[in-house]
Amino acid sequence: MIEKSLPESVGSICKKYKNSPDRLMDIAIDIQHAYRCVSPEVQLDVAQFLQMDVVDVQSLVTFYSFLTEEETGKIVVRLCNDVPDKLAGSEEVAVALSCELGLDFDETSEDGQFTLLRTPCIGMSDQAPAVMVNEIIITSLTPDSARKMARQLIETGNPYKLVKEFGDGRNSNDLIKSMVNNNLQLRGPVLFSGPVTGRGLESALKQTPKDVRQIVKDSGLRGRGGAGFPTGLKWDFTAAAEGEQRYVLCNADEGEPGTFKDRVLLTEMPELMFEGMTIAAYAIGASEGLVYLRGEYFYLKAFLEHALELRRKSGLLGKNILGHDGFDFDIRIQLGAGAYVCGEESALISSCEGLRGDPKNRPPFPAQKGYKQCPTSVNNVESLCAAARILEHGAEWFAGFGEARSTGTKVLSVSGDCEKPGVYEIPNGVTLYEFLDMCGGRDAQAVQVGGAAGHLIHPTEFGRRLTFDDLATGGSMMVFGPEVDLIDVAVDFLDFFVEESCGYCTPCRAGNVLLLERMKRIQNGRGETGDYEYLADLANSIKGTSRCGLGQTSPNIVLDLLRHFRPLLESRIGDQDRNLRASFDLDSALKDAELATGRKSVHNQEGK
Amino acid sequence: MTDSFTINVDGRDIQATKGQTILEAAEAAGIYIPRLCHHPELKPHGSCRICTVIANGRSCTSCTQPAEPDMEVQNNHPQVEMWRKQLIEMLFVEGNHFCPFCEKSGGCELQALGYRHGLTATQHPHLFPRREIDATHPDIMVDHNRCVLCGRCVRASRDVDGKRVFQFVERGPEKRVAVNSDAKLSRTDVDLTDKAVGVCPVGAILPKRQGYVAPVGAREFDHTPIGTSVEGGNGSLEV
Ligand SMILES: Cc1cc2nc3c(=O)[nH]c(=O)nc-3n(C[C@H](O)[C@H](O)[C@H](O)COP(=O)(O)O)c2cc1C
Ligand code: SF4
Ligand code: SF4
Ligand code: FES
Ligand code: FES
Repeated sequence: MIEKSLPESVGSICKKYKNSPDRLMDIAIDIQHAYRCVSPEVQLDVAQFLQMDVVDVQSLVTFYSFLTEEETGKIVVRLCNDVPDKLAGSEEVAVALSCELGLDFDETSEDGQFTLLRTPCIGMSDQAPAVMVNEIIITSLTPDSARKMARQLIETGNPYKLVKEFGDGRNSNDLIKSMVNNNLQLRGPVLFSGPVTGRGLESALKQTPKDVRQIVKDSGLRGRGGAGFPTGLKWDFTAAAEGEQRYVLCNADEGEPGTFKDRVLLTEMPELMFEGMTIAAYAIGASEGLVYLRGEYFYLKAFLEHALELRRKSGLLGKNILGHDGFDFDIRIQLGAGAYVCGEESALISSCEGLRGDPKNRPPFPAQKGYKQCPTSVNNVESLCAAARILEHGAEWFAGFGEARSTGTKVLSVSGDCEKPGVYEIPNGVTLYEFLDMCGGRDAQAVQVGGAAGHLIHPTEFGRRLTFDDLATGGSMMVFGPEVDLIDVAVDFLDFFVEESCGYCTPCRAGNVLLLERMKRIQNGRGETGDYEYLADLANSIKGTSRCGLGQTSPNIVLDLLRHFRPLLESRIGDQDRNLRASFDLDSALKDAELATGRKSVHNQEGK
Repeated sequence: MTDSFTINVDGRDIQATKGQTILEAAEAAGIYIPRLCHHPELKPHGSCRICTVIANGRSCTSCTQPAEPDMEVQNNHPQVEMWRKQLIEMLFVEGNHFCPFCEKSGGCELQALGYRHGLTATQHPHLFPRREIDATHPDIMVDHNRCVLCGRCVRASRDVDGKRVFQFVERGPEKRVAVNSDAKLSRTDVDLTDKAVGVCPVGAILPKRQGYVAPVGAREFDHTPIGTSVEGGNGSLEV
């Protein structure tokens, strides 16, 4: 084996970020890349360089799943374990990987070469099953191709050699070179309508910031990240709040399971997104912007950095943008490190500040006191792209698409049991029937709208519309065919929320564990009729008292099953003999005693 | 315009001042809103969620939510009561709370909340997590089995003691309090007299060599339920 040159020293990594505690995320990520861990010893060094408390470094490192205190293997294989991947056969792929690498999941090989892990949705649900091999993404695996991949990795030790063909569109760009596909199935009239011209920004700079905000308000644009808050109004609040500095943050965390449309926007039209950010900056008076890019999309970072560099060179970023005196603005990319909750806007801000990704107490809202305590507008990638188009073509043009209170188009990420998974830009207001026709998912037994945090929709409700007031979605649409076990789906979603809860508040931290426990009982045929009420009360309490959107939505899947899929639950729980407690597992209760006495329990000797 | 205005709690008009939280305004008017992570001398934390009320139709934590003119607040309300019971139960099953053995029994705020809300047994299964005990310090011990992650020690150490001995690490159900040293508590600059040591509402941070100082019958919550000092009553247990 060839020894590579020594990794960059911890001191020089810290120095690269001016020994600044606000940049602890970047510092920790770079250290993880260089040393494959941020060990407790290294944490002490970092604390010294940054002149901070070591427990604060530990607090951050132990929060993010891509940062580890223990050394990982040289090659970390992370298999996406979300629902669309399972539907596409990721469990068989898991077995193949495990066999070929000779490793269980959550294990590192003795020679320190490999670590095998599962990870939540990596944003490739339309080309599942997918894995991350270090930062390289490999999609559409089969057990055979997974075996082959593992053998190649053992042979070459080089994940980059796995990519033989590049994906469509700009995925083949020299700075991306990825096999990921855009699968852009439907180009709608707003975002994907044509080339990025830059005319939106030009037009904005000819008007006052107030006029720009008015245009965005008139367009009716509502946030595309899920919550649907009017974008122009958010900019008004941010502009009106007092502060020495203002910031615009682009939310490219895209962590909601089954969502990947921002990935396609980032790949195909980052220029439009940067233009939208620049317009936002002008409208609210910001001089600095950040793009919070999820760690899973690291493979796009160099490409995005380059696009920024080109903009600086053409006077679209930097000082006196496009000759507009006094309008200075620049953008930096902040990488995430594997935490779904960091998509929540106040947690995103925490993470950008170099803290663990805990959401913050509200009020104050980010528009009042956000990043570094200054007024901050957090906007989704798609919202910013739409804003740029609105400034280019006008508010009325935009409002001409979609519906009155849900203007414009929405970009959907479609996955699961359908003929044409991928990305669709549709006008708001389409019914689920129309949607299923479009993607070829006609025999769906249910559609999960809005990701794990969204809603499970029964066929009797397929007449409902995709609008902010009816079925709101951040873009994730998972189609479940007749074979899917919806109880398994619920268990998987809850598993995800338990894994991703920040742990700050009681209901989300403890309540989701209890919801999961009870759903697992039902999954294992040990449900009881009392479970309906138990689940309903528990779900209601978690929703009603959680501190952020994660806990406020995690019980949705359980409530949807209770409300709309009761017969399914009943078929699993069945009619019980009132004298039996199905939840009591006699065999496992007796296991220790059997082990101690060295014989089987009487009921096991005679029975069966 | 003065900075004083009226809010309504459970049908009763009370005075509030600008900057006051709902919990503070209620307390000043003799209305007790159950709470656990809140401590009057520390910044609000908003983690236990027990102080949840319905304000203008929406649930929020009264320890963090500023009172606003004409706010309608439901504190004594069946839905809110159900939530609080659930939260208290969750805290019990999420840790390992063996009240009969605990030095804090009778003076523990979690236990007292359980009594106040009439909880006898929990409907939830106990999760029996594996948690550590740190007994390295000569005067203080930390038993994570009983920690409710209220963050009082974290805030008190940082904001009152000026030390930053405690901080949260990990996330989700694994979240726990860690100490600022390369090893355990004995290697920090914590002192027995620190605010951080005294504010723990449960038996998670305890002084060594002094168990069960108050006999049963003379403990803080033996005769009157938690909240009595706010309500000024004789402590009937009605809810
Ligand atoms: C747990 C959680 C995760 C979220 N993840 C994202 C995300 O990945 N991307 C996003 O744009 N918004 C996400 N949001 C919504 C953001 O909090 C915020 O509303 C949004 O970024 C605002 O942008 P918009 O108004 O343009 O939609 C998430 C919210 C929660 C509660
Ligand atoms: S609901 Fe609470 S524990 Fe869950 S992620 Fe939000 S703040 Fe954290
Ligand atoms: S140790 Fe005590 S004060 Fe600190 S978080 Fe735990 S319960 Fe709260
Ligand atoms: S990439 Fe696997 S579910 Fe999203
Ligand atoms: S007392 Fe308000 S959240 Fe704990």
